[in-house]
Amino acid sequence: MILTRRNLIVTAGAGLVAGCDRLGENPAFREVLRLGEKGNFAIQRSLQQRSALAPVFDRTQISPIFRVNGTHVPAGAAYAQHTAEKFVNWRLRVEGLVARPLAVSPAQLQQMPKRTQITRHDCVEGWSAIGEWTGAPLKLLLDAAGLKPQARYLVFHCADRMGTGEMYYESIDLIDALHPQTILAWALNGQALSVGHGAPVRLRVERQLGYKQAKYVERIEAVADLSTVRGGKGGYWEDGHGYQWYAGI
Amino acid sequence: MPSPGTERDGKIFRHRLSTRLWHWINAVAVIVMLMSGLTISNAHPRLYWGHYGANFDAAWLTLPRFPGWATIPTGYNLALAREWHFAFAWVFAFGLLFFMLRALMNGHFKRDIALGAKEVAPSHLWEDVKSHLRFNFETPGGGYNPLQKITYSLVLFVLLPLLILTGLTMSPGMNAVLPWLIDLFGGRQSARSIHFICASGIALFIVVHLLLVVLAGPINEVRSMITGWFRVKGEPS
Repeated sequence: MILTRRNLIVTAGAGLVAGCDRLGENPAFREVLRLGEKGNFAIQRSLQQRSALAPVFDRTQISPIFRVNGTHVPAGAAYAQHTAEKFVNWRLRVEGLVARPLAVSPAQLQQMPKRTQITRHDCVEGWSAIGEWTGAPLKLLLDAAGLKPQARYLVFHCADRMGTGEMYYESIDLIDALHPQTILAWALNGQALSVGHGAPVRLRVERQLGYKQAKYVERIEAVADLSTVRGGKGGYWEDGHGYQWYAGI
Repeated sequence: MPSPGTERDGKIFRHRLSTRLWHWINAVAVIVMLMSGLTISNAHPRLYWGHYGANFDAAWLTLPRFPGWATIPTGYNLALAREWHFAFAWVFAFGLLFFMLRALMNGHFKRDIALGAKEVAPSHLWEDVKSHLRFNFETPGGGYNPLQKITYSLVLFVLLPLLILTGLTMSPGMNAVLPWLIDLFGGRQSARSIHFICASGIALFIVVHLLLVVLAGPINEVRSMITGWFRVKGEPS
C-alpha cells in the first residue's frame, strides 16, 4: 500500500514535470502562457506615466566593477579598424521613416546637449550593476531627423555578431524612444565608453532589462511595423531565443 | 450548501467551496512558480544585499544548481521559465486577492485563522507543541490548532504578500511606477534575496504541510479539501 502510494507520488511527480515540458513545447499552450507577459506589458504601460523615471542613484552607489556582458569585443576587421582609428570614421545613421536621414560621428554626438544619469542595469538573469551614463537624448536625434507619422518603432542595428552568426539588434516603441532617460550613451562613469560596454555608442532605455540596451549601435531605423524586420520579433534574443520584446519585468 | 461547522454522519463541514477552489488553484500556481523560479535562480545563482550585485560583488549566498527534476522546464531555458513564472503570477496574485476578500467577507479569517488570547498563552502553545510531538493533531470541534493558525497566518499574511511585493520590486518597469518599493526593501538585489527566502519558506511549508496531511490521515484530509467534509475521529457516526 505504502509502496504503491510512493510509486503513485513519484509517477505523478515525474508526470507533472514531463507534462510541463510537453506543454511548454506546445505552440498553442505557449501562446496562453505568453498572455502573462502580454498582461505585464499592458498593465505596466497603463500604470506608468509616459515620462515616469527609472530610479536614479548617487555616485556612492555606483558598482565598483560594472560587469561586461554579451559581446566583449565585436569580431571582424571592420570593428578592429574603427577601434584603431578611435572611431573617427564611425557613423551612426538614422534612417527609415524619417524626413532627413542622418549620419552622425561620435564627435558630433558628443557635441549635442548631453544628459548624465546614474541608473541601475538589470540583466534578465537577475544581476544588477549601477553606473553613470552620459549621452545624447535619443529624442534630439529623432527630432533632427524628423520622424514620419507612420513611424512607430525604432530598430537599433549593431556591429556585433552573436555566437549564432547573426548581428545583434533591438527595438523600442515611441514611448520609450521619446522618454527623457533614453539616451545614446558614449561615456560610462565619466570615461569614454569601453569596447566591452559598447563603444562608441550604446542605447540606454532605463525602464527595461539589459538585453534592450543595444551596444555598438551603427544604424537606427524608424519603422511602422517590426514584423518586416529580421526575424520579425524585434530583437536578437526575441527572434531566436524566445525572450519577450517588452522587457519591463 | 452547508455552513462551516455543520455536522452530519460523524463528519464536519470544514471548508467552503471558495476555500477549496482557491487551495487547489493556488497549489498549482505556487508549485509552478517555485519550479520555474528555480530555473530563474540557475541563471544567476548568487544572492546579494543592496541595490546592485553581480559577479564581482560579494554574494551572501551562492546557491547550488537546481537539478532538472526540480525545475520547469527540466532543461535550462530562461525565456520559457519566465513565461511560466509570469503567467502563473497572475493566477497566484489574483487568486490570493479573491481568496482574501472572500475570507474577510465570510468570516473565515475571523472564525478559523485569528488566534484567541487563550491560544497564544505560552502554556497553551506548549501543550499544542507536545500534542504535535505525540502526533495528535485533533482539535476539539474540528478547528485549527494554534500552531496551525500561526503557520497559516505567517503564510497568508507575510510570505505570500512579500513574494508578490518583492517580485514587483525586481521589475524595472514597476520601479518607475512604485519607486518606494525599492526603498522599502533596500534595493533590487535585497528584494531578490527576500523573494528567495520567502519562496524557501513556502517550499518548507509545503513539505511540512504534506507530511502532516499524511500523518493526520491523508484520505480524510484530502477529502475534506475536495468535498469540504472532514471525519471527526472517535465519534460514533
